[in-house]
Amino acid sequence: MATKKSSEKKSVQSADLPINKTYKLFINGAFPRTESGRYFQLDDADGNFMANICLSSRKDFRNSVVAARSAQQSWQDRAAFNKSQIVYRIAEMLDQKRDLFVNEMIQMGYSKSASDKEFTAAVDLVVYYAGWCDKYMQVFSNVNPVASSHFNFSVPEPTGIVATMASEKTALTGIIQAIIPPICGGNTVVVLSAEKYPATAISFAEVLATSDVPAGVVNILTGKRAELYSHFASHMDVNAVVIWDAEKADAKNVGALAADSVKRTHFYESKTPVVGNPDLIMNLQETKTTWHPIQNISGSKSGY
Amino acid sequence: MELKLRHKPIDQVGIEERCARFKTRSIKTDAKMQGLKMALSMIDLTTLEGKDTAGKVRQMCYKAMHLHDELPGLPTVAAVCVYPEMVASARKYLGSSGVKIASVATAFPSGQTNLDIKLADTKQAIDAGADEIDMVISRGKFLQGDYNFVFDEISSIKEACGNKRLKVILETGELGDLENVALASRLAIDAGADFIKTSTGKIQPAATMEVTLVMLEVIRDYYFETGKMVGMKPAGGISNSKLALHYLIMLKETLGDAWLTNEWFRFGASSLANDLLKQLVKQTTGVYQSGNYFALD
Repeated sequence: MATKKSSEKKSVQSADLPINKTYKLFINGAFPRTESGRYFQLDDADGNFMANICLSSRKDFRNSVVAARSAQQSWQDRAAFNKSQIVYRIAEMLDQKRDLFVNEMIQMGYSKSASDKEFTAAVDLVVYYAGWCDKYMQVFSNVNPVASSHFNFSVPEPTGIVATMASEKTALTGIIQAIIPPICGGNTVVVLSAEKYPATAISFAEVLATSDVPAGVVNILTGKRAELYSHFASHMDVNAVVIWDAEKADAKNVGALAADSVKRTHFYESKTPVVGNPDLIMNLQETKTTWHPIQNISGSKSGY
Repeated sequence: MELKLRHKPIDQVGIEERCARFKTRSIKTDAKMQGLKMALSMIDLTTLEGKDTAGKVRQMCYKAMHLHDELPGLPTVAAVCVYPEMVASARKYLGSSGVKIASVATAFPSGQTNLDIKLADTKQAIDAGADEIDMVISRGKFLQGDYNFVFDEISSIKEACGNKRLKVILETGELGDLENVALASRLAIDAGADFIKTSTGKIQPAATMEVTLVMLEVIRDYYFETGKMVGMKPAGGISNSKLALHYLIMLKETLGDAWLTNEWFRFGASSLANDLLKQLVKQTTGVYQSGNYFALD
């Protein structure tokens, strides 16, 4: 073979040698392949092969729940301000990757302007929820008026492990809306990405992996809703199920299965454009009320 | 008398590869149910903490007898394992349930005291009603090469045990390498051990598959030489069902069916029981379980 002159040498990243990304799952801070070994083909908007995507099984879901459970307490125990810093860090990391996400969205059929808009909205959404991390408790907790000599507080506490399925309507804001509000509230999350947009979901996992989010706090699966509904709803260690844009019949089945372990269930209809909403944090909080005895005051003539 | 210590040289790479293969085995459906129940029946439910109280022991004894009453057809665990001070409490609460009482003795976990105190410790446990004694060897003496000392100590404790079964804890995490594990195993067996046990659970690493395989092979070689069976107890660090099933596969394929009973094989564990129960309920109902629905102790 003739030797090329050095001036003719091409870099390894030339168009002759494309290096395709393998889209894998995101479980416990790592990127494993599906335990089932199954995959489905993701085509771009023109019908060309884009990637093979993991078709998650109930075992992948189970592994995710184990990871989420072991991460939950320490995530809950982190100071609210620290959670806020970490969520803001997600926005910082995301913002650096505009080209990656915009290109992926264009491949999936977004126009250039629509993908730009979706990306900007996604970053804004993360920043919006980062702000709520250390505020929702102050805004939504309460000192209740009671007749006896007690302070009576009601404070929100995280529900626990949230199993959620992201909206199919948007490539990025949908999955952010499924992940960020629960973790702001101290929950840990197992999320199934939109069937239509698994690539952006896994790229978002790469953002999470570099954002100081502890392993197991967010676990991202790709695959088919129909296969995983019953497992999401029946796993006894899941505390809440949140399904975006569920069919009525599916919602009914999920509700029935979830009743066994008294899970919280929420079925949301997504709207575009996606906007922030603190209810998404508060719907995954339990209210703890504490009675704290105090000395008699006012009329009884004694002080604190 | 000069001790004759015999064992085959250890092929460490071979041992590791063999263990790696055990870990690839997949046990499903009926065989899994059978395996999970067998593992459950082999557990020495253990509490060995400075903070143990009679109340804690009572809770654990209740758990030993009523693993998960909602699921019928479960065995009990093999034994509870406690400090000598707690044996009387355990005896009181276990009554005639058939669950045995194992007591650690001989200045567990370090073994750093003299023989008289070790003998007194053992006697206290037996007088209080222990069925089995888990002794620790003097690892310092063993590592110094004073094998006669270790041998004589084990023999003395065995004598003190009378007809009670003696488990000898090698504390393999302190022995350095697999050659020493094999040597200590053979030493303990020759000195009269009814069981050999990997670890106290206080030192890392505790039980590993590699160490357990070496010990099982020593038991196998001894059986071929003498026709006598010796029991095996890996302890510490075995906390999930899959790993427990892999240990059982290793046991079956190294020693055979005769050892697949709690008379000859035990798991020293505390959190393993709940994981086995979770898996058993999952196999029965098809639904993955949560720790919230199982008694902690």
